[in-house]
Amino acid sequence: MTSTQPLVEIRDVNFAYDRRPVLKGINMTLPKGKVIAVMGGSGCGKTTLFRVIGGALKPTSGYVKFDGQSIHDLDQKGLYEMRRKMGVLFQFGALFTDMSVYDNVAFQMREHTDLPEEIIRDMVMMKLHAVGLRGTHALMPAELSGGMARRVALARTVALDPMLILYDEPFAGLDPISLSVVGNLIRKLNDALGATSVIVTHDVQESMKIVDYNYFIDRGVIVAEGTPDEIRVSETPYVRQFINGEMDGPVPFHYPGVDYQQDLGVSV
Amino acid sequence: MPLIKSVRAIGNRTVNSVWRLGYASRFFMLTLMHSGSSFRRFHLIVKEMFASGVMSLIIILVAGTFVGMVLGLQGYETLKRYGSESALGSLVALSLVRELGPVLSALLFASRAGSAMTAEIGLMKATEQIAAMEMMAVNPIARVIAPRFWAGVISMPLLSALFSALGVFGGYVVGVVLIGVDEGSFWSQMQSSVDFQHDVLNGVIKSIVFGIAVTVISLFEGYDAPPTAEGVSGATTRTVVQSSLAILILDFILTAFMFRGE
Amino acid sequence: MERTTLDLWVGAFVVAGLAALVLLAMKVGNLSTYNVSDTYPLKAYFNNVGGLKPTASVRSAGVLVGRVRDIRLDTERYQALVTMDIDKRYEFPKDTFANIQTAGLLGENFIGLQPGGDDQMLKNGDTFKKTQSAMILEDLVGQFLYGKPDGKSAGEK
Repeated sequence: MTSTQPLVEIRDVNFAYDRRPVLKGINMTLPKGKVIAVMGGSGCGKTTLFRVIGGALKPTSGYVKFDGQSIHDLDQKGLYEMRRKMGVLFQFGALFTDMSVYDNVAFQMREHTDLPEEIIRDMVMMKLHAVGLRGTHALMPAELSGGMARRVALARTVALDPMLILYDEPFAGLDPISLSVVGNLIRKLNDALGATSVIVTHDVQESMKIVDYNYFIDRGVIVAEGTPDEIRVSETPYVRQFINGEMDGPVPFHYPGVDYQQDLGVSV
Repeated sequence: MPLIKSVRAIGNRTVNSVWRLGYASRFFMLTLMHSGSSFRRFHLIVKEMFASGVMSLIIILVAGTFVGMVLGLQGYETLKRYGSESALGSLVALSLVRELGPVLSALLFASRAGSAMTAEIGLMKATEQIAAMEMMAVNPIARVIAPRFWAGVISMPLLSALFSALGVFGGYVVGVVLIGVDEGSFWSQMQSSVDFQHDVLNGVIKSIVFGIAVTVISLFEGYDAPPTAEGVSGATTRTVVQSSLAILILDFILTAFMFRGE
Repeated sequence: MERTTLDLWVGAFVVAGLAALVLLAMKVGNLSTYNVSDTYPLKAYFNNVGGLKPTASVRSAGVLVGRVRDIRLDTERYQALVTMDIDKRYEFPKDTFANIQTAGLLGENFIGLQPGGDDQMLKNGDTFKKTQSAMILEDLVGQFLYGKPDGKSAGEK
């Protein structure tokens, strides 16, 4: 495997829930060492795409290759093997609420390695230190603020130094300070681990600061892609509306319905 | 037209129930298949035994004592008419060991520990903790479901035995201490009528079967719950209703097998 | 992995539960009065066993000396063959009389043993020579009403 080969390759992926198409012919290349954002409005299919990359959903056609291996041909064991090389940060963190912060971060180390407890302790402390929350190791997740919980989840995600890190809406529901802290951590951790990160988000301002490349998805189709600089000057109407937060545009303000006047009972 | 509609609705419901039953059976088989790892890490089971067994102790002990006291009181009133108050001990002990101990403790266990299990698993699913575990290459059936299952199956007979023992004590307090039935005949009648294998062991077998039924229903309802507030609350209700019905139906079947024609 | 207070609670719970089981077995049940391992089998034929069941007690002078293990119909004699396990500590003469008795008017059936005066003792697997069947309440009432001298099920063999 040469270093020029991309870590993840997505080719012509289609996916449908009960014949309702969600992804239509997605093509993406995720090179090693990069941070890539996948942006789009709510319900555009980005979370589905994310589950397809993680192997949780099988595409109806097309393939996803991870490190040269098509992940949808793997059996349960192979899939679990591959997921050990992946870290996933779920929306709102998904910390295990019945375990302390320490046990949350130690979880994968205990499940997947036979390391003695002293070494696990050192590793947990290093990961927590990296996100600046070494002092919280004895707390329960319920005692953390939203931003702190997200950072603990981040420490847990990188616990086993994954090659690929997937972030599902890492910025959702955070205050501006936590937002930039989490954003910077994502970039720093990616560079420190030499990993590849994919951020699924709709927070365009924050992600543009830290990513190397963007994909815009609208209704299951990639409508634009490029580096942040290219995106900023993009003339694609969807991108313009998305970046500037305009009310109306290719994404209509009004949900399709019958004629307004007809609905009000005013005869035309 | 409305007839066709309602027939179709009934058909749909039936197919759905059978579907769910099949899914639940597969869930149960998977739980058994992935049980090995939870026995190798027994502290996971111990932790869940605290949550389901130890936390149910208070309600089991109090309920057992009072059920025994009621049995003592009612049994005495009935037996007095036939002049056989001395049989009070065997009445209290047999009703508790054969029926009330396993059945009532299982019903209490379903509403105390079973509903909590459903809500916990349902919320873990709603907050994506189950999905997160799966993406960390940890099988949630092996890590979350199996330890809870075995904790329930181990706790149930212990709780049932405690219930029966406290019940006998309650019956003793009311019958012997308060009413004044002869203490010797209370115990000797009890011992001559309660057989270890036939009554005590069959009671234990019953409570193990109930333990399996209640924990499987609770865990499955949680695991299958829609990840919303209504979904989890509906699943919790279903756990209590279905567990209670399952306990009573299974009790009839087991009793028919165990105490048939003897 | 170290010991926690949680372990203590769970341990106490398990101990209490097992203790309750032992209590049920010893104090409530009959495990303490009847040890299965130290027994020898004896057999007896009865014309009618009435309500006798397996695990019914075998008593001599009111003392529990064994349990009924098995009841079946012997198709050569068309009599009930009862096998019982007798405590090894007790031996009975060959002419011991085995009869099916009832505890009280409506109580459970059990086998009563009345020892005779023989020097020879019954050995492992031996058969009682003298038995008496169960008293059937309906037959007794019938005898009383119709004055029949010898009821068909209360006869001595």
